[in-house]
Amino acid sequence: MDFRLGEKAELLRKETIEFLDEHLTEEILEGCHATGVNHDVEFAKAVRDRGWLTMGWSVEDGGDGRDPLELIAYGEEMHRRNAPMYAIGTTMGIAHLIQKLGTDEQQREIIPKALNAEIVIALGFTEPENGSDAAAAATRAVRTGDGWTINGSKMFTTNAHIADYVFMLARTNPDVSKHRGLTTFLVPLDQPGVEVQAVRTMSGERTNITFYNDVFVADKWRIGEVDGGWTVMATAFLTEHSASFHAEQWRLVEAFERWARESGRLRDGDVAARIGKSHTEFEVSTLLQRRAAWAASEGLDAHGLGSMSKLFSTERLEQQANETLSLVGPDGLRARGDDTAVQRGTIEHMVRHAKGTTIYAGTSEIQRNIIGQHVLGLPRSY
Amino acid sequence: MDLKPNADQQQLIDAFAGLYADLASTDRVSAAEPSGHDAALWQQLVAIGAVEMALPDSGAGLIELALVAEQHGRYLAPAPMIEAQVAARLLAQVGGEPSDRLTTLAVRPAVGGRAELVPAGAVADDALMLDGDRLLLVPLTGRATAVANLGCLPLADVDDIGGGAVLATGAPAVSAFEAAVDEWRVLTAAALSGLAAAALEIGVAYVKERTAFDRPLGAFQGVAHRLADRASEVDGAQLLAREAAWAHGEEPERFAELAAMALGFAAETAADTTWHALHFHGGYGFMLEYPIQMYFRRARTWGAVLESPAESYRRVTDVRGAA
Repeated sequence: MDFRLGEKAELLRKETIEFLDEHLTEEILEGCHATGVNHDVEFAKAVRDRGWLTMGWSVEDGGDGRDPLELIAYGEEMHRRNAPMYAIGTTMGIAHLIQKLGTDEQQREIIPKALNAEIVIALGFTEPENGSDAAAAATRAVRTGDGWTINGSKMFTTNAHIADYVFMLARTNPDVSKHRGLTTFLVPLDQPGVEVQAVRTMSGERTNITFYNDVFVADKWRIGEVDGGWTVMATAFLTEHSASFHAEQWRLVEAFERWARESGRLRDGDVAARIGKSHTEFEVSTLLQRRAAWAASEGLDAHGLGSMSKLFSTERLEQQANETLSLVGPDGLRARGDDTAVQRGTIEHMVRHAKGTTIYAGTSEIQRNIIGQHVLGLPRSY
Repeated sequence: MDLKPNADQQQLIDAFAGLYADLASTDRVSAAEPSGHDAALWQQLVAIGAVEMALPDSGAGLIELALVAEQHGRYLAPAPMIEAQVAARLLAQVGGEPSDRLTTLAVRPAVGGRAELVPAGAVADDALMLDGDRLLLVPLTGRATAVANLGCLPLADVDDIGGGAVLATGAPAVSAFEAAVDEWRVLTAAALSGLAAAALEIGVAYVKERTAFDRPLGAFQGVAHRLADRASEVDGAQLLAREAAWAHGEEPERFAELAAMALGFAAETAADTTWHALHFHGGYGFMLEYPIQMYFRRARTWGAVLESPAESYRRVTDVRGAA
């Protein structure tokens, strides 16, 4: 057995740290914090210039063919430093999908711009009336001449206000079972009838609700077969790299421990125990995520392993944030911006941020369903 | 990265699993209560070299011992293997004479000439103990009093330790003792992770079989989702105990920290997993006839003879701060 990620992964980790030291300025981080937008054009160009936009793409798809363990090291460092990688991730994820199953025309139009960090693609799955049950999408796309007319709305279309396209799941056939009547489109956002409205969240992140009122989309922007949207979605999620949800734990416990040492509260047994437990949970979260990547790299059955990692790391992050706030006491309530805020408001912010992590990218309940059925072999539960 | 046991390790796992399947069925574990010692099983373990393999020149490292300890835990094997292994390693390190006597380790230092709740103290011939800064080898005959306890373990209080032989003194004695206790933490964590994995399997099998309101219990999210949480924790406990054991040889600078993490997390996970597995049995889980209660009681005992999870976690913080 060997618990090291390996030389290649550690080399990439070192390169990533050097890259971040050079390009992830305090100014960029401050800008992301102030706007609530996890994207920075200069940073994206730096990632492009480093050749890392296609991180995770196979050689045949035009990437470097990095293995899953290298991606883990890369993701750990990016996430640990809170680098603005979210819009890069959605854009390049959908570009990768188009590279795999788009038409020649779609590839010609999208891939060079994506590789040049010129465009942003947002995701449009969730709707006001459906979230976890993505196949229940009600936004309609109706054949009109050589294209489609779209009516409906999409919720949490993060970055839509700076994006060029929304990758959308829309209903093209309401008369068949719900998974069979869906089609995916890359909807250009400069079309008449598109409206983007800001949605502010508890953690300060800005997201959007987008409305589509008789929006015309040419058929050339349809991705995959008509009514074949669910198959496209499965491919999209397959290419999505397992997200790293434990870096927040690291940031939180580092701040907590620093505070405890500086304030003398490390002598409090409850504080010392919670710090040790947080470090332990961070270690376990790291192991569960690395295990999922390792299993994928070995071609083993990894079904459910990503869910175990996501469930454990986000549920424990929430507990850590709340218990840390209790132990720090009233001063922990002070937010960033207040000069006396504990650790620049890191703990206060994590109480806000952590709640979101057990909801997005598949709620804890969805992860538990997957684990129950695919790991434990339990029946479908209600 | 390679998280799979290699061929030799798998052979070792299979050999011990086979032995336990033959000699440590839940009926036999139950029959060995309340003393918690099955002499026939122990003889077999000694015969296949379970103690010898722990010695420094055997070719096996702590990771191999941990893989065996997982199986030991899965079967709730009523034999003092982990204590005997750790004691044999400590004895060898301080230049003690190897012998056929069963030697255990008092994992907590003696206080006022007395060592309490010594694991395997009720069945061992000798115990290694730390008294101040002296490492003693204390013959137990006439000194040990068995203690009835939650986990039906062969625990004993040991009095009058002054007559023991002094094996080492000063800082070397203390650091050798502490290193041995860290090894005990890791092997006990591995055993607890095996116990928790077995308890989860028992609980899952039960909720697939048993129906209520015309459905298997496992079709209710109030049941299934709590078991899904436990599944993630059980896998995490196993990975962490294995990582700690691996670090003993490969990343020794992290060993003490990982050992404390592993014990704290495995003890919490085993307690929580057995709680749910028993609870979902309903009233049957409370009956002595059902094995799950044996897992429930041991989950709360194996690590607790040394420290609570909160104490393990405080140690994590202390060790990190000292590094």
